[in-house]
Amino acid sequence: MSRMLMAGLTRAAPQLICLAVILLLNWLAFPGFFDMRIQDGRIFGSVVDVLNRGAPVVILAVGMTAVIASKGVDLSVGAVMAMAGAVAATMTVAGYPLLVVLLAALGTGVLCGLWNGLLVGFFDLQPIVATLILMVAGRGIAQLITEGTIVTFIDPGLIFFGTGSFFWIPMPVILAVLVTAMAVLLVRRTALGLLIESLGVNRSASSYAGVNSRLLLLLIYAFCGLCAALAGIIVSADIRGADANNAGLWLELDAILAVVIGGTSLLGGRFSIVMSVLGAIIIQAMNTGILISGFPPEYNLILKAGVIIMILLAQSLSRTGFLHVLRPAPTQTAEAKVKRA
Amino acid sequence: MNTRLLPFYATLFIGVLAYLICVIQFPGMFSTRVAGNLLTDNAFLGIAAVGMTFVILSGGIDLSVGSVIAFTGVLLAVLINWNGVHPLLAFAIALTLTTLFGAAMGLIIHYLDVPAFIVTLAGMFLARGLCFVMTTDSVPINHEFYTMLQSLYWRMPGGGRLTFIGGLMVATFAVGILIAHFTKFGSYIYAIGGNRASAELMGVPVARTTVGIYALSGFLSGLAGIVFSLYTSAGYSLAAVGVELDTIAAVVIGGTLLTGGVGLVAGTFIGVIIQGIIQTYIVFDGTLSSWWTKIVVGILLFAFIALQRILVWLSTRKASALGAH
Repeated sequence: MSRMLMAGLTRAAPQLICLAVILLLNWLAFPGFFDMRIQDGRIFGSVVDVLNRGAPVVILAVGMTAVIASKGVDLSVGAVMAMAGAVAATMTVAGYPLLVVLLAALGTGVLCGLWNGLLVGFFDLQPIVATLILMVAGRGIAQLITEGTIVTFIDPGLIFFGTGSFFWIPMPVILAVLVTAMAVLLVRRTALGLLIESLGVNRSASSYAGVNSRLLLLLIYAFCGLCAALAGIIVSADIRGADANNAGLWLELDAILAVVIGGTSLLGGRFSIVMSVLGAIIIQAMNTGILISGFPPEYNLILKAGVIIMILLAQSLSRTGFLHVLRPAPTQTAEAKVKRA
Repeated sequence: MNTRLLPFYATLFIGVLAYLICVIQFPGMFSTRVAGNLLTDNAFLGIAAVGMTFVILSGGIDLSVGSVIAFTGVLLAVLINWNGVHPLLAFAIALTLTTLFGAAMGLIIHYLDVPAFIVTLAGMFLARGLCFVMTTDSVPINHEFYTMLQSLYWRMPGGGRLTFIGGLMVATFAVGILIAHFTKFGSYIYAIGGNRASAELMGVPVARTTVGIYALSGFLSGLAGIVFSLYTSAGYSLAAVGVELDTIAAVVIGGTLLTGGVGLVAGTFIGVIIQGIIQTYIVFDGTLSSWWTKIVVGILLFAFIALQRILVWLSTRKASALGAH
């Protein structure tokens, strides 16, 4: 077990070092970064803030990991967040009980996911194209639901999901941990993860091996839609309103970025949900760091772009065997050749 | 009839049909004034969409288009208004920078062998970030040369105005069609989009062409940025958010396959005009909300993609039926 843990830590080393460096820089820029205190029955502090603000992207990244591992991509998650938020807000205002509201909002996400999965799995559309449809139309539909206004609500039950806390821990963090844990158990304690990887490596081969690739794709995209809907509920509960234009805007890109930083290849295959979550936390640590260090937030995007390029460079170099050239031992280069083959 | 051109004919048919429906409902839309406005209002979108067509034909994607447009606008405003640079020199600087920017993305895509999606996503963040660093304010551009360019137009029969930027878009499409069908570079793009490995084996200079494609897209995004700044007379760092999606939608509606290798630059022109017609219809109607544009564009996207799938399915079935005999 400890051996497996060590292997995992070695594989995650670049990301862990990256996170450590960012946290260190944050601490240097803002000495109170690691301070925590309990107030009004909830933990406060910058680190908690990173986790709390990062929760929606973490949840999105969990669903996105499954999609990307199957050699797909889901561009519609941001629009699905807006739709789920719009459904939750309008139904709350209309006076439906909380459970119905939650089920309807989550159901919206699942429906959107099923639609994407149908297009990708059964109509064999390219995932980018298939999900682009909902990405473009989704915000229009969300505006149709809210009738073009920002619907605000004061229902304490729904707001609890955005700003409430349980055992001093903020609710979004709890939800993110729950989703991550459930997803990891589901894919690693069953054959599901293996099936998804086989689908991503070679869809026709895995179909010939007896994997029901269409059904599996349908489920993967539905799961991604479910995650997006949950993230949408959290975001709209946090601001106590549904903003069809801005809820989840560009978060699909953050989610994809989190997955890529986590080391899952956009070409499908081997994936790690925990690493994607780590990627999402790295992104948020960077965002929060820039905010609290008093840097103008304008530099945020440039830093983000820089980090993407660095990670791409590192991944590409290790893939093309550039690093292996630096090593003198001949057995290593042979191993590299096998790996490349 | 070539089945590969079917999506283009379908687009043409739907474009004409949409226009006819509009004209039957609002006879006022049948005028060169509306046509001139269609060209002017969608000029920046069209120019950026030409670049996107080449990128998509080669099997790639460029997400940085909207940010580069905003970057160009802010850069022009800062150069002209704050530093007193002549607009022509500012145009040259902006076009050089955006072309280099595109070429750099092409280099990374080819030599690091990473998906265009992620590289251009980084480019999108970078260009938008650079806008914010220059200024977060909306900077107006006041210069006689700008006013001169803005007031340039050719009076069409019927009173419509073909403005400078509208004409520039039409010219860009014409040059784009020439590049795609009458140059070596154009054939290389189709070859790479069709099958990169075979293209390389046939001796297509893949590296040079890939860099060229993204440089061209960068150049045209820069040109679209210039047109956008002429259109709005200002540079604003939050401008043109999501334009890359509109351009991708225009390209797809225009019948270009996102897998690459199949499509026409002329189709993209009709794709842009269809989006413009939808918006004009909403303006004429007056009761519909602008969010219907998004929904209709989404439905159109779905219809065209479904049509392309059916065509591909039919042609493979025909091929296998022929093989059986």
